[in-house]
Amino acid sequence: MSAISRDDVSHLARLAHIDIPSDQLDHYAQQLDAILEAVATVSAVDTADVVPMSHPVPSTNVFREDVPGPSLTASEALAGAPAVEDDRFRVPRILDED
Amino acid sequence: MSEAVISYDEVLEKFDPVMGLEVHVELGTNTKMFCGCSTEFGAEPNTHVCPVCLGLPGALPALNKIGVESAIRIGLALNCTIAEWCRFARKNYFYPDMPKNFQTSQYDEPICFDGYLDVEIDTDEGRKTFRVNIERAHMEEDTGKNTHMGGATGRIHGADYSLVDYNRAGIPLIEIVTKPIEGAGKYAPEVAKAYVAALRDILRNLGVSDVKMEQGSLRCDVNLSLRRTPQDELGTRSETKNVNSLRSVERAVRYEMTRHAARLLAGERIIQETRHWHEDTGITTSGRSKSDAEDYRYFPEPDLVPIAPSREWVEELRAALPENPAVRRARIQESWGLSDIDMQTLINADLLDLVEEAVAAGVSIEAARKWYTGELSRVANEREVDVASLGITPATLVRIEELIVSGGLNDKLARQVLEGVLAGEGDVDAVIAARGLAVVSDDGPLLDAIKDALAADPSVAEKIASGKIQAAGAVVGAVMKATRGQADAGRVRELLLEHLGVSE
Ligand SMILES: [Zn+2]
Repeated sequence: MSAISRDDVSHLARLAHIDIPSDQLDHYAQQLDAILEAVATVSAVDTADVVPMSHPVPSTNVFREDVPGPSLTASEALAGAPAVEDDRFRVPRILDED
Repeated sequence: MSEAVISYDEVLEKFDPVMGLEVHVELGTNTKMFCGCSTEFGAEPNTHVCPVCLGLPGALPALNKIGVESAIRIGLALNCTIAEWCRFARKNYFYPDMPKNFQTSQYDEPICFDGYLDVEIDTDEGRKTFRVNIERAHMEEDTGKNTHMGGATGRIHGADYSLVDYNRAGIPLIEIVTKPIEGAGKYAPEVAKAYVAALRDILRNLGVSDVKMEQGSLRCDVNLSLRRTPQDELGTRSETKNVNSLRSVERAVRYEMTRHAARLLAGERIIQETRHWHEDTGITTSGRSKSDAEDYRYFPEPDLVPIAPSREWVEELRAALPENPAVRRARIQESWGLSDIDMQTLINADLLDLVEEAVAAGVSIEAARKWYTGELSRVANEREVDVASLGITPATLVRIEELIVSGGLNDKLARQVLEGVLAGEGDVDAVIAARGLAVVSDDGPLLDAIKDALAADPSVAEKIASGKIQAAGAVVGAVMKATRGQADAGRVRELLLEHLGVSE
């Protein structure tokens, strides 16, 4: 299992929207390495004949009829929002948007 | 800011265009893809939302059967293979338009793949068919709607911000992606437009979406690259987002061709990026750059079980597909013997379905076309509604035509009958009875009216008797007036001549 690099950590941090100061990248790289190593022990199991699964229940085609159900009211929907304006969620400016 | 471009002719001399078109269509289901919230357009903000589409902790998605069925029907109409087994995947990204922080989409297992759509374009050598190959059509969900607030003048009040309405978040979308469209050459813009138009017709014909480009229920992204010759590898592409009218699709392809060519000729490289289309100026501007490779960390959606459409279900849906619109038009035009212009008139006015229905019910082609393009279009226009919503049934037109043929109605009376039916006065016979509109077929009253007319102007009788038969018109007119249009003009003329002992 190859080691996690500083670049990997900063890439992951960016994807996760977390600020990690550059002097801590090595620290987290080591920690992530250790975690991956621990998880990697499952690869010791021979899975050559096992079909990968994405769901614990061996079932398919679970559908809902196209019939409207109850929705929330705007005030219920917005109850947990940090900021609200005009019945809408107020969020910081979205970068790259014109 | 606009960039350098070169003339279209020069592009064609030096480059070969390759396109890729991605169309997103919003399905017209009653509810969202993964929850029971309504998809109705224009509701108050954040009133069609629930824990599932707001991404609240612990909420679980439940898949809309009609969403899946529509995806399969679209795939079949586009000649695709339908997957025997496929899954949803999470496309992870942080953006406030998706409160879950991921979009439920499909990744390497689309429900439909490997199809094609044949489109027709006008070329220098006449009308030609061009095959557009379809890579895939997959299911996903729409995002919320951001409204950007503040801006340059908003500084005093602090940073600018966005307001988000999640009514649209979770509405079922089907994304239809073409394979690289090669070999279109100078017709690339026309092919792109014809493809989106044909796709729109098919989707409308399937009844899966209202396909309103101006309202965003059909959206097109245009990918374009140039290469020196068709033998070269594909060049770097730009992705122009949200090109939302047929005309714009054509213009955006043309513009990007001239922009790419200018850059390449100047020795610059094309940046792989998304670009924004500006309808007003007809140009694109740079958007997000894709240089720091997008990393959506797709993985199979653990909260939904796989979809395995049985072959019986797929065949059932295939058998119930409506006829392909282009095939149907050609068939109808041929069997009705219409000219291109007559056919186009019906299509443009959206009357083909109605006329076909009337013809199927037994109305003659001529009469059905006449009523729909004439009187009914006029009334619809006056009321500012669609002809279809006037609610005239084929049975009404059948009965009117029967009466015209049997002499019970003439054209003028038929229009009055139609007016009564449109006014909600009942069916054809009820309107005729209530308004007393039947053609007077009893000769007695007609002869009385003829005698009255002759008495009012005795000189006419002499003229006719002396051979000026055209003078009969005045008498016929007077009789028609006296009977409020309820006489058969031909019969009045016969009776008149008989009465005067004149033969034609
Ligand atoms: Zn919902």
